[in-house]
Amino acid sequence: MAMPLIRKPFRFRRRSKLFRMSRFEKVVVFLLVLFSAFMLLPLVYIFNHAFKPYEELFVYPPTIWARNPSFQNFVELFQMTSDSVVPVTRYIFNSLSVAVLSVIAVTGVSALCAYPLSKHKFPGDKLVFATIMLTLLFAPETVSIPRYLVVSHLGIMNTYWGHILPMVAVPVGVFLMKQFIDQIPNELLESARLDGAREIMVFLRIVVPVILPAVATIGIISFQSAWGNTETSTLFMQDEQMKTFPFFISTLTTNMANNVARQGAAAAAALFMFIPNLIIFLVFQSKVIATMAHSGIK
Amino acid sequence: MSESSAQILKNNDAHSGMAVRTRGKASELLREMWRSRLSYLFIAPFMLCFIVFIMIPVVCAFALSFMSYNSLEPPRFISWSNFRYMISEDLLFLQYALPNTFKFAVIAGPCGYVASFLLAWLITILPGRSRKWFALAMYSPSLMGGVAMTIVWLPLLSGDRIGYLNSFMLEWGFISDPVLWVTSKEHLMTSMIVVTLWSSMGIGFLAMMAGILNVNPELYEAGRLDGIKSRLEEIWYITVPSMKPQMLFGAVMAIVGTFKAGSIGTELSGMNPTPQYAGHLIMNQIDDYGFIRFELGYASALSVFLLLLMYLSNKFCWGLFGSKGDE
Repeated sequence: MAMPLIRKPFRFRRRSKLFRMSRFEKVVVFLLVLFSAFMLLPLVYIFNHAFKPYEELFVYPPTIWARNPSFQNFVELFQMTSDSVVPVTRYIFNSLSVAVLSVIAVTGVSALCAYPLSKHKFPGDKLVFATIMLTLLFAPETVSIPRYLVVSHLGIMNTYWGHILPMVAVPVGVFLMKQFIDQIPNELLESARLDGAREIMVFLRIVVPVILPAVATIGIISFQSAWGNTETSTLFMQDEQMKTFPFFISTLTTNMANNVARQGAAAAAALFMFIPNLIIFLVFQSKVIATMAHSGIK
Repeated sequence: MSESSAQILKNNDAHSGMAVRTRGKASELLREMWRSRLSYLFIAPFMLCFIVFIMIPVVCAFALSFMSYNSLEPPRFISWSNFRYMISEDLLFLQYALPNTFKFAVIAGPCGYVASFLLAWLITILPGRSRKWFALAMYSPSLMGGVAMTIVWLPLLSGDRIGYLNSFMLEWGFISDPVLWVTSKEHLMTSMIVVTLWSSMGIGFLAMMAGILNVNPELYEAGRLDGIKSRLEEIWYITVPSMKPQMLFGAVMAIVGTFKAGSIGTELSGMNPTPQYAGHLIMNQIDDYGFIRFELGYASALSVFLLLLMYLSNKFCWGLFGSKGDE
């Protein structure tokens, strides 16, 4: 009785084949395609912008397609990175390791916290959840000074801990995963416990597979925020070796006498910054959809 | 360790029994806490980071709202003065920030929420392989941040004759003079709401899409036997009730998103503050006091007020979707 329950949520919806759509739905889908094309314009622009020569970069209104694509911007970026004090590979290494570690930490820690909040009763559970919800609402702008003091007292300035630890607690992550765990029927967990499964096994074998869509979603946003994060580099890292790639890119165009110089390199760098986000989104999102498709085809 | 699972079962029994027995005994509470030590172990890693990096700073900010602090001199306690100033003397706040935020949130919040849900639903009726590309298209404003703004909306809404919208409407004779879409006080708010709607398919959208895909398909078959005829009825009677947790999540994220919006007005109009404060939101007021005037105490008081607003609208959403269906 228990196991079929868990399979059901992942079954592919067979009724949703294109040929079973009514005419109204076909019209709607057509409009959706047009709308998506409009939404995707900026994405096309980012790719093209990086290949535009200087005379096209400043055209107003901005053009979507590059007329004379060239690699000039990438050459400029490469030249600039080769004469920076710290090799650019160090920045990229820092960024990648920080992003990967924080995705793992954020998703793992949020899932671990969401499970008891949803399915156990313990003294203070309501209070913990209410506090998490309240901080979710709090505007982050006003907390940067106290946060700086906390980090400097902990002595994690200029370490990878300083990059990762402030990003680990994501209230949104716990909230989303708790919402997904709420949907798991209690009987399923009870029966696993009666079969002698330890609590950690119940968590790993039953809870985690069901909330994979939530894990992937949180993975996407935490990668995005960690990969694009310049805040920790500016505030908590004085050592140039410990700073991250987006911070390096933000230094390319600031402190320049005019704002024309290096715009080409900045356009190329923007593409480099964007591509990992795009890849992570597509991989994680298709994981969400694929899990459901697979278990349905059997 | 298999006893730990049994303990949790016992724990549940003990919990319900506790109401009957005399309450408030400290030793009873301690024993209770010891029995659920495993639960505490699960939440410990998150709670440690949470308390250190979020809770402490938030409590500090909360305390600051009762102080006068300019980030140079030590904070001075002034009790309710900040709040008194806010609701009686701060004209910018009372005349512009508060009504603008209400107008913005009441329109952009619910509309963005409904749009996210409908688009998520539309994507799920498409064949499996194309879904992620549509999801990418909808999510792309959140993925790209400011770039999209500068290349799509600024040229489109530009106030001169070259702006795409103006030149289109001039050509077709809808208007005789170019309209200042983003630099006049009549149209700025509308433009802000439209652009916000366009970028409102964020994490709430992804969550709702996953939620819709998670709905048990047998429910639809059962529903058809029970006489559900149209897709709309299906959404109303089956899809929404069986994904209440995700609907609630989407609603809360919509509230947070609209109340925390602030930069959009200055980005669109290219001016700070926005023309005649037409797009001045509470968030702008906070940034103004926090980063320009360095009156951090008052900025904190404003954030506490904003928190209160969000809390109240949050309560409303829990009322709509909060009941746990299967318990």
